Amino acid sequence: MIRLERRPTPSRVWGAASPLLAVALTMVSGGLMFAALGQDPLEALRTIFWDPVLGEFAWYFRAQLLVKAAPLILIAAGLAIGFRAGIWNIGAEGQYIVGAIAGAAAGLAFYPSESALIFPLMVVCGALGGFLWAMIPAVLKVTLGTNEILVSLMLVYVADNLLASAAVGWLRNPDAVGFPGSRNLSQWEASANPELIAGTGMHWGVVAALIAVIFAHVLMTRHLMGFHIRLAGQAPRAARFAGVAPARLVLFCLGLSGLLAGLAGLFEVTGPAGQVSIDFASGYGFTAIIVAFLGRLNPLGIVAAGLLMAVTYVGGDNAAANLGIPGAAISAFQGMLLFFLLAVDVLSNFRVRVGRGALA
Amino acid sequence: MTALLELEGLTKAYPGVVANDDVSFAVTRGGVHALLGENGAGKSTLVKTIYGLVKPDRGRMRLDGQPFAPAEPREARAAGVAMVFQHFSLFDALSVAENVALGMETPPPMRDLARRIRAVSEEYGLPLDPGRLVGDLSAGERQRVEIVRCLLQEPRLLIMDEPTSVLTPQEVEILFATLRQLSAEGTSILYISHKLEEIRTLCDAATILRGGRVVGGCDPREASVAELAERMVGAKLTAPKSGGGAPGETLLRVEGLSLPPVSQFGTPLREVALELRAGEVLGIGGVAGNGQDELLAALSGERLSAAGSVTFEGHDVSRLGPVARRRAGLLTAPEERLGHAAAPDMTLTENAALTGGARKGMLRRGFLDWGLARTFADEVIARFDVRTPGAEVAARSLSGGNLQKFVIGREVLQDPRVLVVNQPTWGVDAAAASAIRQALLDLAAGGAGVIVISQDLDELLEISDRFAALNAGRLGTSVPTADLTMERIGLMLGGAHDMEAAHA
Amino acid sequence: MDLSAISPTLLVASLMVAATPILLAALGEMVVEKAGVLNLGVEGMMIMGAVTGFVAAIESGSPWAGFLAAAIGGAAMALLFGFLTQVLLSNQVATGLALTLFGLGLSALIGQGYVGIKANSLGRVDLGALSDLPFVGRVLFGHDPIVYLSLLLVAGVWAFLRFTRAGLILRAVGESHNAAHALGYHVRRVRMTAIAFGGACAGLGGAYLSLVRVPQWTEGMTAGAGWIALAIVVFASWRAERVLVGAYLFGGITVLQLNLQTAGARVPVELLSAAPYLVTILVLVLISIRARRGGAAPADLARPFHAST
Repeated sequence: MIRLERRPTPSRVWGAASPLLAVALTMVSGGLMFAALGQDPLEALRTIFWDPVLGEFAWYFRAQLLVKAAPLILIAAGLAIGFRAGIWNIGAEGQYIVGAIAGAAAGLAFYPSESALIFPLMVVCGALGGFLWAMIPAVLKVTLGTNEILVSLMLVYVADNLLASAAVGWLRNPDAVGFPGSRNLSQWEASANPELIAGTGMHWGVVAALIAVIFAHVLMTRHLMGFHIRLAGQAPRAARFAGVAPARLVLFCLGLSGLLAGLAGLFEVTGPAGQVSIDFASGYGFTAIIVAFLGRLNPLGIVAAGLLMAVTYVGGDNAAANLGIPGAAISAFQGMLLFFLLAVDVLSNFRVRVGRGALA
Repeated sequence: MTALLELEGLTKAYPGVVANDDVSFAVTRGGVHALLGENGAGKSTLVKTIYGLVKPDRGRMRLDGQPFAPAEPREARAAGVAMVFQHFSLFDALSVAENVALGMETPPPMRDLARRIRAVSEEYGLPLDPGRLVGDLSAGERQRVEIVRCLLQEPRLLIMDEPTSVLTPQEVEILFATLRQLSAEGTSILYISHKLEEIRTLCDAATILRGGRVVGGCDPREASVAELAERMVGAKLTAPKSGGGAPGETLLRVEGLSLPPVSQFGTPLREVALELRAGEVLGIGGVAGNGQDELLAALSGERLSAAGSVTFEGHDVSRLGPVARRRAGLLTAPEERLGHAAAPDMTLTENAALTGGARKGMLRRGFLDWGLARTFADEVIARFDVRTPGAEVAARSLSGGNLQKFVIGREVLQDPRVLVVNQPTWGVDAAAASAIRQALLDLAAGGAGVIVISQDLDELLEISDRFAALNAGRLGTSVPTADLTMERIGLMLGGAHDMEAAHA
Repeated sequence: MDLSAISPTLLVASLMVAATPILLAALGEMVVEKAGVLNLGVEGMMIMGAVTGFVAAIESGSPWAGFLAAAIGGAAMALLFGFLTQVLLSNQVATGLALTLFGLGLSALIGQGYVGIKANSLGRVDLGALSDLPFVGRVLFGHDPIVYLSLLLVAGVWAFLRFTRAGLILRAVGESHNAAHALGYHVRRVRMTAIAFGGACAGLGGAYLSLVRVPQWTEGMTAGAGWIALAIVVFASWRAERVLVGAYLFGGITVLQLNLQTAGARVPVELLSAAPYLVTILVLVLISIRARRGGAAPADLARPFHAST
């Protein structure tokens, strides 16, 4: 019999320690999962978590880490702000796709110009695309009270279809006969988002992620808006009493997270992905939800969480190549991590008593 | 008379507090036994133990001479114990009959049940329509549902937890008649209250609890109110003193304030009008659920009303939100401390910034100065004697009384021109209540206008200069408190606003 | 385009087939929400049902074993959610999302070796002469047993909530867990039971996809059906009979959209494929216009319950 006693004040120690505990628990159960797949669990965990960071070929993987972490951190930083306010944008994947399409379309409209203004224009349009896509659930919620969770998610599937139509239709590379997909943006200098420092994986998306994290941190700790966001999430009635206008908050949170997701998509399509193609959607928008929670909805925590999640991606590829561990195992692993995280979260708000203590 | 229920050495401890400490007493067959004590004295824990919701750490109970240790309410009900809860155990979206069925072990089919509900409710003078949704009923009618639910089980012991706090004086009379009838039929009643006057008129025995311990028993019919109060509180209390200045210029004027209900079972505001002048305390009484929350929300700016309906110091503020109204000097403190007046999981510093941001200069171009917020929180803690380890603890870790002092203090120390409070001393121990009332009177003496919305009539009579009653979202005309009698108040609360017109 | 290629008989018959997975999942979720719990993991439970059902059916050779395994698989996932939200009091929205993300990953892992295999057919219920009736026979009496099971479940849930004491208790727990607790009802137990039932229903719905409708296993094959089921519960304002209407409405749109695609309608394929999701959004919008003041939703939906005393 497990009993929970509410702590008078949330424990700071457990607040910080619970993500670490969750990671540890996930490692153990992940090891069991790999064992069940017929792998040596230690070998598998080493391949996924050790090799990309500190292994012999880490120099090769490290560049990949930033490439994978940047969109995750960028999206998660925005999502976390909304989650703090109890505004659930789970359609970041859609906003990411639309941002990429909007930015790419804006740039390709000027092909083959070599103007230096093209990339900035694409960045603006990418952000705008994500922003507007997120405004759909936001405006519906504000004006009609429509559930933003379902609408934002449905729009992911709509965005998927939009992506398909762009890749095979209106954005298709007219010079590549028969192949779906747009022109390669990373090879067109005006639109390319190149590696800024060779061998590091550092691209404009990484810079944007860092700026977003700092912005989010200042917003949440110092600015009245951040205080109102936390207030609205914890005690909606108290927030209204304090003078928070819920509608403004919804627009702000969904708009900001959509904008950041759109940016992530734009930097991805102009850099690592290179073109608008049918399989451009890679699930970053969903994984970012895990990153946001793993980072305890805290911008600085999200940096660490994004890097860790990037390790699972890079290490997962490594394990797939070297050990034949299926990619799906990595998604299951990531899902497990989120579960454990939510489970151990209880420790910061409650004391857990097992059995009937002397007082019971 | 023999004992029906005997308690022996009941003890129950929670982390950090002993709710019941070695409690023993007995309830006689057919007797009306009062359990008397302040908020936090351990009354609720004790009755929950009897009803099987709480398991005691030590001690024994006997019912009708047999050992009695219900593991859950079901067993208690089966043994003939029924309970009417302080906070209703009712379901708004279900019908009266369904609500009654949920409180019974083996309810008859719905049609029979409906018939029996009608029969019992008429027998005891508590008319009820079994088909109506409970959410549509008034507070008094809702209590009837609970009582009828108990009566249908023909209980041997009926527990009533603070039953009159939601009733008008007239409804209290009806309830007492019902209880006397039950007692005459042989049902024992355990009556929990902190209202001394009603215990003296109804009960034939009393046990007084203080800090979880029994501090004495007596026959309340033979004890004086002062005597009972002193034993209950353990110290002599000084009544708050009013400054008693003449009212000044009009600060707040409300005219034709109407708002639709927020939810399906909410209360609308209907053509509310009032006027508040500098230096006076206006008391607004009313039974719970008659528009108190709604009135506060309309004054705080949480809900906006039609232009021209709320005028503050000559300016129309009807369309201004809470922040702008606060800036102008119109401050409020809602009833619900946790979750409305304060955010439970946030620190006192953060809660100080919740309403204090603008008037205490914590805002600079949208950025919050947490240092100033901390200073303000410390000031509230010091000036209002808030017992807390510091300003960095979560609001929910404070006791009800301490948090209430913090909430009221937070508003009072912002020098409001007008302060509107709802249930300022609800669930607060006597010492804290007295301190809060004094602070409100001091505020008025300093030239501010104060509106106190409360369900505690004694409180309103004690501190307000004028009194008005809220009934179904309508506010009656205000009357000087000095001219009031309990009977007149009862009629006002019942909705007979224009008594004076009728008499004239 | 050739509209005459669309046969109304087949359209209605296949509508029922297309609607059944969503109907099952939505019905289960409705019961869960009636008990005051919001489980956003329907998609995850469905896909787990789809994969466990498929694997069990292939391994045992019996589709029935598949459906049984799917119900168990869905319920197991649901109980995981239940343990986290009811015992460890985690946030229901976040946990539901986690369930979906985890389910999508785990199902892909389990289903690895089963891609491209075809499952055994379930067979149709032979209602003799009834099935031979023109139009009605094909539309109403020519289906597989699960279609009828789903209809029976709708009736069963309707009657359960309306007439039984257990149904009344379930509704009471969803309305006010504090009041129900004060009366001595076991809030957590009631909710756990409802959650498990919801999971089993979602699992069955998922298995219907992989065993009957498609019938194959592919990764992520639920493609948002679980989320549509959630939307249908809102659309149905938490009433069983309206869940049926809602699910069949969506089934109709899906089937019509597919038929239009094959008939070569001059509408972009992508727009047609997106139609069910766009219609879901549209329906949600219409519902919110109609029910601005809520009312129909259980009052304690998604609120955590912790019995402090």
